[in-house]
Amino acid sequence: MFEPLLWNLRDQGLSVGLGEWRAFLNAMEQGLATNVDDLYRLGRAILVHSEAHYDLYDLAFARTFAGLTTDPRLLKALEEFLENPEKFEEGREFGKHGFASMEEMLEAFMKTLDQQDERHSGGNRWVGTGGTSPWGTGGRANQGIQLGPQGGGKSGVRLAEDRLWENYRTDRVLDVRDFAIALKALRQLAREGEEILDIDETIDATANNDGEIDLVFKKARTNRVRVALFMDSGGSMYPHTELVSRLFTATKQAKGFKTFDSYYFHNCIYQHVWTDYEGGERKESGKVLEQLTADHRLIFVGDASMAPWELFTKSAALGLPAPSGLDRLGMFSKKCPAAVWLNPDAEKLWDHPTVSAIGRVFPMYPLTIDGLKRAIKHLRAPH
Amino acid sequence: MSFRRFQGTPTYVADEGLMASVDASLALERPLLVKGEPGTGKTMLARAVAESLDRPLLTWHVKSTTKAVEGLYTYDVVQRLNDSRFGGKDISNVRQYIHHGPLGKALTAEQPVVLLIDEVDKADLEFPNDLLRELDEMTFFIPELDETVKAKHRPMVIITSNAEKDLPDAFLRRCVFHYIEFPDRDRLRRIVHVHHPDVDKKLLDVAMERFYKLRGVEGIRKKPSTSELIDWLLVLSRAGLKAEDVDARVPFAGVLVKQEQDKDLLERLKQRMGFKF
Repeated sequence: MFEPLLWNLRDQGLSVGLGEWRAFLNAMEQGLATNVDDLYRLGRAILVHSEAHYDLYDLAFARTFAGLTTDPRLLKALEEFLENPEKFEEGREFGKHGFASMEEMLEAFMKTLDQQDERHSGGNRWVGTGGTSPWGTGGRANQGIQLGPQGGGKSGVRLAEDRLWENYRTDRVLDVRDFAIALKALRQLAREGEEILDIDETIDATANNDGEIDLVFKKARTNRVRVALFMDSGGSMYPHTELVSRLFTATKQAKGFKTFDSYYFHNCIYQHVWTDYEGGERKESGKVLEQLTADHRLIFVGDASMAPWELFTKSAALGLPAPSGLDRLGMFSKKCPAAVWLNPDAEKLWDHPTVSAIGRVFPMYPLTIDGLKRAIKHLRAPH
Repeated sequence: MSFRRFQGTPTYVADEGLMASVDASLALERPLLVKGEPGTGKTMLARAVAESLDRPLLTWHVKSTTKAVEGLYTYDVVQRLNDSRFGGKDISNVRQYIHHGPLGKALTAEQPVVLLIDEVDKADLEFPNDLLRELDEMTFFIPELDETVKAKHRPMVIITSNAEKDLPDAFLRRCVFHYIEFPDRDRLRRIVHVHHPDVDKKLLDVAMERFYKLRGVEGIRKKPSTSELIDWLLVLSRAGLKAEDVDARVPFAGVLVKQEQDKDLLERLKQRMGFKF
């Protein structure tokens, strides 16, 4: 009877497995939920494993059970089913709600769901991207949804509709800590640090030495990854200033890498890069390139959108022909194959000539937790 | 409302969602994974559950160097090596060098216990996976003794995480999950009353106003938590301050704001727009 919830959860992209679903049904059998509120909380505790998914759960729950509210008989039946499943199964209870059988009740249930779907495709989107969802704050009261115990506390569907967990979704933008944690995942440990006692080897050596203790040492593990970060501080990045400053904080905190350097550029990499955000000290980008090694991991952060000439023109400095911005990026990517570009703009804005051109040089990821994870995964892969 | 096995304790205020999660964890015999920002009472929860179920609490504090097997047992091989060379002891009895870790103790305990695995995300990324089988089946094997240890009583396992690292999917699927939200004003008021039953109502009103305002400051790195509010109220009342004193200025702000960067931020806000802190 609860299967529609499972399918709605999976529709929302939550990979609820059979194990969890059975645990959920098991908990229901044990009588842990006797009303819709309990059902909401119980389902969330067992079927969802991250606060980032609470919002998706809310959407799925609202979608599943809001359908019930259009038919008060169904709601009543559901609540009584929760109250006493065994009694309900015996079939005596259906008549009370105007249903001939469990099958008929389920049919009515599925029908309301279908109607829900029709309305869904009719234009009122259930899953809102920009506030167009009917589960926002605006319209829901007009639908007259009233579910769960009267008076005192919010009903499960109400809780679900309030979407209190929207801010916990992973497609939100990053804060300092998220970035610092993601950078941590980039570490690769190698034995090349100080000497520590190797107990296993010591035992072997001691045994081979007729019990005379023979101490064996090994090197402690240290991180051997080198990272260079290049951040755009150009004009079109202005809306992302806050984000860039968070990244800056995170990079300052980054510890444990063999080397970690950060540079700033405007729009694209030209003859110089800057070593601090305010645009103080600058360094020739040729020098920077020279000092990079093939196993450096490069992370570029920028919106990659600029006037085409800013990327494609071979600018001349001191009368000598100089490579275009795109050429320079190409040189970096050639020297350091493990490189990614993180774009703070939403992916729908990427359809732009300079963005696609840069996207062909570096794999481009959105600057969200999800995007960052994929980027780090790419950087960790062997090149 | 259904019958709840866990309803909080006189000193621990739990919300409905949390109670439901604890009950689900008990009923399904699955570990309860608790996440939430620091100071929302994750660790306290284990104490409260142990108290309300009247079971002993065992705690395993996880550190960045902790290995899964250490929770089960450690084999003090260095001691044995030392005894073999210098001690007059009989070293053929390996058992005396095997020491149970917190999980091992929880499984061998004579009565059901509550086991808290605190800050599981501090350890290596693979750490939770290494515990899967043991948490599922509540048995483990000690190769040194050629012996399988079986749980006499299935412990109630509570695992806390600060979300520093992602936990593996297979591990998550076996847990009942609960995210402890920062308490709203009503619940916070109840929590404060548990700790300071005699707090002056006007002082509490003003202090809470300040507290939530501070938490709402854009860009603050470490939001003050419940425990900091409780400490602050204690300091305020010990110093004999009244609501008016707190309203005009903010004494002992250092109890609430600890990060150097946050202090600088508040200082700047104060100068720029007269923000009271």
